[in-house]
Amino acid sequence: MRIDVNAFLGAYPYARVPGTSPDRLLQALDRTAIDEAWVSHLPSLFWRQPMEGNAWLYDTVARERRLRAVPAVHPGLAGWEAALGEAADRGAPAVRCDPPHYGLDPAGPEVRVLAAACGAASLPLVMAVRLEDGRQRHPNDRAGELPAAAVRALIRSDQDVRLLITHADRGFIEEVHFGSTPDEAARIWWDISWIWGPPEDHFETLVETLGVERFVFGTGQPLRIPENAVAKLDLLELGAERRAAVESENARAGLLR
Amino acid sequence: MLIDVHAHFYHDRTPRADWRERNASRLSAGDRIGVTHHVASILGSWGLTSPTYFPSPRDLEYGNDALLALVRQHPDRIRGYVTVNPNYAAHARAEIGRSLDAGMVGIKLAASRRATDPLLDPICELARERGVPVLQHVWQHRRRDWPGQEASDGTELATLAARHPGVRFILAHIGGGGDWQHSLAALRTASNVYVDLSGSGVDGGMLEACLESVGVERLLWGTDLTMETGWAKLRYLTHLLSPAQLELVKWKNAARIFPRGAFPGD
Repeated sequence: MRIDVNAFLGAYPYARVPGTSPDRLLQALDRTAIDEAWVSHLPSLFWRQPMEGNAWLYDTVARERRLRAVPAVHPGLAGWEAALGEAADRGAPAVRCDPPHYGLDPAGPEVRVLAAACGAASLPLVMAVRLEDGRQRHPNDRAGELPAAAVRALIRSDQDVRLLITHADRGFIEEVHFGSTPDEAARIWWDISWIWGPPEDHFETLVETLGVERFVFGTGQPLRIPENAVAKLDLLELGAERRAAVESENARAGLLR
Repeated sequence: MLIDVHAHFYHDRTPRADWRERNASRLSAGDRIGVTHHVASILGSWGLTSPTYFPSPRDLEYGNDALLALVRQHPDRIRGYVTVNPNYAAHARAEIGRSLDAGMVGIKLAASRRATDPLLDPICELARERGVPVLQHVWQHRRRDWPGQEASDGTELATLAARHPGVRFILAHIGGGGDWQHSLAALRTASNVYVDLSGSGVDGGMLEACLESVGVERLLWGTDLTMETGWAKLRYLTHLLSPAQLELVKWKNAARIFPRGAFPGD
């Protein structure tokens, strides 16, 4: 069983990216033996009203059992509580919020309120550190990256909130993890999409120092080719049990509970 | 056969205390992936006693010697680029001669000097005489100098390549950072520039754009520091290319631009 917790549908405004349609995403899942993908609506991440992409997302995933919607919630806009409630009612595995793209302070009052509401609703909150390498972004793509300090602040802000942080590298992960109490760190999961594998020791070290239970399989597709996350696991000999934990069990036990 | 045209190793005078482990890790990851040949360079002291991209002559010699030792230790698996700094013109030419005579198969230029600079000309002339390719470090679409290295991007490499039509150039790590679309646009008509697919970037659409811009005959497979990204691109390419085309990217294009006999059976 392999669950991709970090996938997108829809066009990217800053580059021509193939494979953004539902059909093409399903083909990619087949190609990389991914059984289930948690998908967000990519275009609306850049809209003034990101929650307007949720209806299309729900409608699309309803036609394909392997896809699960991760709807957007913008806590600075009216109606966000309803969007969160709808996500819970529809059985979404998580909701996402991208404060740098929404123009919100990532650890500001609106996002803290959302974090608490997610905790109360038992819904993990997904946040991306970045979508693209900062060295190649479009000149008009000026949203900042999610700061590690904001993740630390959010996990401290509510004792029930659970965070799924995507596109983080080793330095970011270590800063947040060891800058948090064990109880706080145990409520954060990291997708593996931006962590370097062998011959560097980033992934191997993180698994040893943080514990394998903190990591979940994520690709960032179609902005990144999903083969990368699979190849990373294939290069690192984790053993069957720990590999299964990353590929699906941590998501099921930690995020879907 | 699978040739990694952009590999690196370390030695005892680099900042990496774990240099032995990292070298071993590269070889073991290569075995897992199926890499038959790592064509590697060592950039001086990797910053320990001179800057990575502005290596001193002494560090260059030590690094090149360390690489030659690795080549001798693994004659079946490792090939070498001699790394030089064009600012030390006489040293660069001598070091190229010495290292190629000792068995290296290409020249590596870090970003010690902009790719359009005339100081690169004697190095390119030597590459032509010796029949070896030049691997130029490139940050895609870099139009100004940044701390730590000089600017040199696809446009500049295309200009250099036009001055030296008899030399085969390799644009380093298309996925290594920066706007790769800018590089690909600059290389469409630069027929003596090959694109190395290495780098940590695994952007959706990058491989399709490489094929569209320079064609399958000018693509070289490589990894640089992150080997899983190279393996991922190789896996993705199996769905884009015919088996015969895939062989070009895996090794046949490389065998064509390196000196005859650099790889068994080429």
